[in-house]
Amino acid sequence: MQEREHLLQHTIPQLLRWRVNETGDKVALREKDFGCWNSYTWNQYYDSVRKTGLGLRKIGFDKGDKVAIISDNIPETLYMAIGAQAVGGLSSAIYQTSLPEEIGDILNYLDVKVVFCSDQEQVDKVAEVRDKIPQVKKVIYEDSRGMRSYQTDDWFMYIEDLYSLGEQLHQEDSELFESLVNKGKPDDVCHFCLTSGTTGLPKGAMLTHRNYINMGLQLTAVDPLEETDEYVSFLPFAWIGEQMNSFGVAMATGIAVNFPESVETSMDDLKEIGPHFMFGAPRIYETIRSQIWLKIDESYLLNKFIYKYFMKIGEEAAGYRMSGRSMPAKLRFLAWLGKQMIYRPLVNQIGFLRLRRAYTGGAALGPELFTFYQAIGVNLKQIYGQTEIVGIAYMHRDGDIRPDTVGKPLPGTECRISEEGEILSRSASVTPGYYNLPEKTEELLQGGWLHSGDAGYIDEDGHLVVIDRISDVMHTKAGDMFSPMFLENRLKFSPYIKEAVIFGDQQEYVSALINVDPIVVGKWAEDRGLSFSTFMELSGLPEVAVLIQDGVAEINKNAEQEHFKIHRFALLYKLLDMDDGELTKTGKIRRKFVREKYSDIYEALYNTEVTEKTVEAFYQYQDGQTTTVETTIHFYTMEN
Amino acid sequence: MTQLIVSDVTLTFGGLNALANVDITIEPGIITSIIGPNGAGKTSVLNCISGFYHPSEGTIYYGERNLTHASPHQVSNMGIARAFQNLELFSGLSVLDNLLLARHQNLNYSIFHALIYFGKASRLEAENRSYVEKVIDFMELEPYRKSRVGNLSYGVQKRVEVARALTLGPKLLLLDEPMAGMNIEEKEDIVRFILDLKKEWGITIVLVEHDLGVVMDISDEIYVLDFGILIGSGKPKEVASDPKVIEAYIGEE
Repeated sequence: MQEREHLLQHTIPQLLRWRVNETGDKVALREKDFGCWNSYTWNQYYDSVRKTGLGLRKIGFDKGDKVAIISDNIPETLYMAIGAQAVGGLSSAIYQTSLPEEIGDILNYLDVKVVFCSDQEQVDKVAEVRDKIPQVKKVIYEDSRGMRSYQTDDWFMYIEDLYSLGEQLHQEDSELFESLVNKGKPDDVCHFCLTSGTTGLPKGAMLTHRNYINMGLQLTAVDPLEETDEYVSFLPFAWIGEQMNSFGVAMATGIAVNFPESVETSMDDLKEIGPHFMFGAPRIYETIRSQIWLKIDESYLLNKFIYKYFMKIGEEAAGYRMSGRSMPAKLRFLAWLGKQMIYRPLVNQIGFLRLRRAYTGGAALGPELFTFYQAIGVNLKQIYGQTEIVGIAYMHRDGDIRPDTVGKPLPGTECRISEEGEILSRSASVTPGYYNLPEKTEELLQGGWLHSGDAGYIDEDGHLVVIDRISDVMHTKAGDMFSPMFLENRLKFSPYIKEAVIFGDQQEYVSALINVDPIVVGKWAEDRGLSFSTFMELSGLPEVAVLIQDGVAEINKNAEQEHFKIHRFALLYKLLDMDDGELTKTGKIRRKFVREKYSDIYEALYNTEVTEKTVEAFYQYQDGQTTTVETTIHFYTMEN
Repeated sequence: MTQLIVSDVTLTFGGLNALANVDITIEPGIITSIIGPNGAGKTSVLNCISGFYHPSEGTIYYGERNLTHASPHQVSNMGIARAFQNLELFSGLSVLDNLLLARHQNLNYSIFHALIYFGKASRLEAENRSYVEKVIDFMELEPYRKSRVGNLSYGVQKRVEVARALTLGPKLLLLDEPMAGMNIEEKEDIVRFILDLKKEWGITIVLVEHDLGVVMDISDEIYVLDFGILIGSGKPKEVASDPKVIEAYIGEE
């Protein structure tokens, strides 16, 4: 650790150059294209960054100018970001799922001069709001497919043309790039990371080179990585969770970053690479486990038997492993046998065989998921942090994993709980503030501490426990406090429940609107010969309601406090969806919006006399056509 | 660029005229559609061009070459490929194998080369694979590369069928109802593929399709058949306002 401290004195482009000098011929990036993995060394990485950076300069991109990236994860994303940083500019990234209007607003807010898009889909969106973004001078694209109608317009530019401009400038003045890179300071802001606002326009957190590199160093001080390790880049680049790895961790440790062929194939590509560490939202781990369950369920009787037997052993062993206690000899032997017989092949199937650590963050993960993954030998750990502190600031240590906490602060991170119960942090990774929002910055960094907006406490072992957003905590009519997110997660821990929305603010009791999991419940219904054709019909099956009712009863039985119990629930006829504005870009529920959109259902949840209600479901297809279908929603009251 | 000229073609089955004195000229580099009610003889035209049937009278020329009595594999060697309405795929093989197999005619190495798999054999196989990958990328089939065709949804199988035709590297592509049985999203995708094929790969397209909205939108030239007789042709607008065409589709009052 000591000898890596000097890395903090570099900017990201300078650190890239340092890597070139250290291990120039080692693979830095790998991309799957046309079915083959193509490797790029640190030397080639740096060359591409130079071409991009100088190309940008040639088209009038200067110190302090901004580039916005709307792209799938491809090496060019990094070339563009680091290239812009190298010539004194700033990068930012916008989610590929953003609508044209949002893109226009963000480009204006960040005062972006150059936009980089991966393909026609993104270019089309930028072109749609062209007259609202006069400051954008160029739109650069990577995939030329379908761009024929733009070719005559010099507002658009093919990335190869940018490269040749960069090469040309390099030939004219071969010292220029180096001198520009040298001018960078570690405390310069290098990237704007947009925070997913649950309301209104996202805020751009300004992050410096030091913020990223420090995060990478602190994380790997706890969980070291080798230069030969692999990482698969499949999270959206606009999310801090991806940048912290491809900027922070990769630069701090020199690991290779692998880019999947497409978003749809990322899980298959992950299998081919076999990464050594990965980071993901809980949903990814939930999906993988559901798939394992389904496959085992369809397997031979013998396989099923072996799986069942050794899962019990594995779970028992996981208990020891997570708490760092040493196992009795017999259990150790059986766990070893299980590993050889079933866990290793199983883990190999999902591409996790070489995985040393898997991190989950962004939301809570069910305790039995930790046990499940630990049982099959995947070292899954919870992290906690936010965009403003480069993603990870708290983390479980190996052998000290407790599903109800988010672990201990990373070295160099200080933690304090304010009088109001808010989690405050301080470290070299904390952002200097939001772009052009002095008031919000003031709120965020009051008294030199980063205000997380989360309520939490530190327990007797020094673990941080996060309760919920301070602003999201609700009170029943009787004044009892509860956290809707906490209860929603409880519900979502059931494999049959995909999504749940908890209500109850200023009401007599807590109620829930539930989405059943179409795959797991669909399979369950099929196995029992229940017929359905749409999600709406599946949700409406009385047998499914009984299944969910049993699940809710189980949760109520384990409720810590009486008012945590879910008194009434209904199954919603459609899956909550980002495109309908019901979820944020990162998949969090927009509770207020949902309550207003389904206000008739909400009212019925608080009118115990209603047992069913006919509502009109409204669908909008991609081409803009709409249909309305009538459906009956049933309401279920739990017996306490 | 080569013109395909179908002149005065008649196709009879016993006493039934499937096609009667049909004249169609397919200009290179554009999308030509053949439409008409069920049983009008649309697929028969494609069958005559691709060598499955041979016309009883008349000739078919592709540039200088006479296709009138050519066999299907000769036609395919001339750069004319066809995607079938009823999928002609090996449902037990993977997408990749289906596509590689479609290029078998490009593999002309001997059994000895195959045995040692060195030099020519491995080079040809690699070229073959890289061409197939180009098609996979174009048809956006990456997620299904290793899936068995029989396990895929119908919409995806249709895409594989078009891809199979494309792996032959055709200059002229015959598409027989590529959108039948698809939902609106899948149709939009196929339309995008067809337009890109024409504009970026420079492939001449002959399209037989029932979805008139799509046909009118993307065709450069349309021929209308009814009971084996050509009843109209021209640009989409001209055809849409042709009283004979309207009568064939909607019927007399």
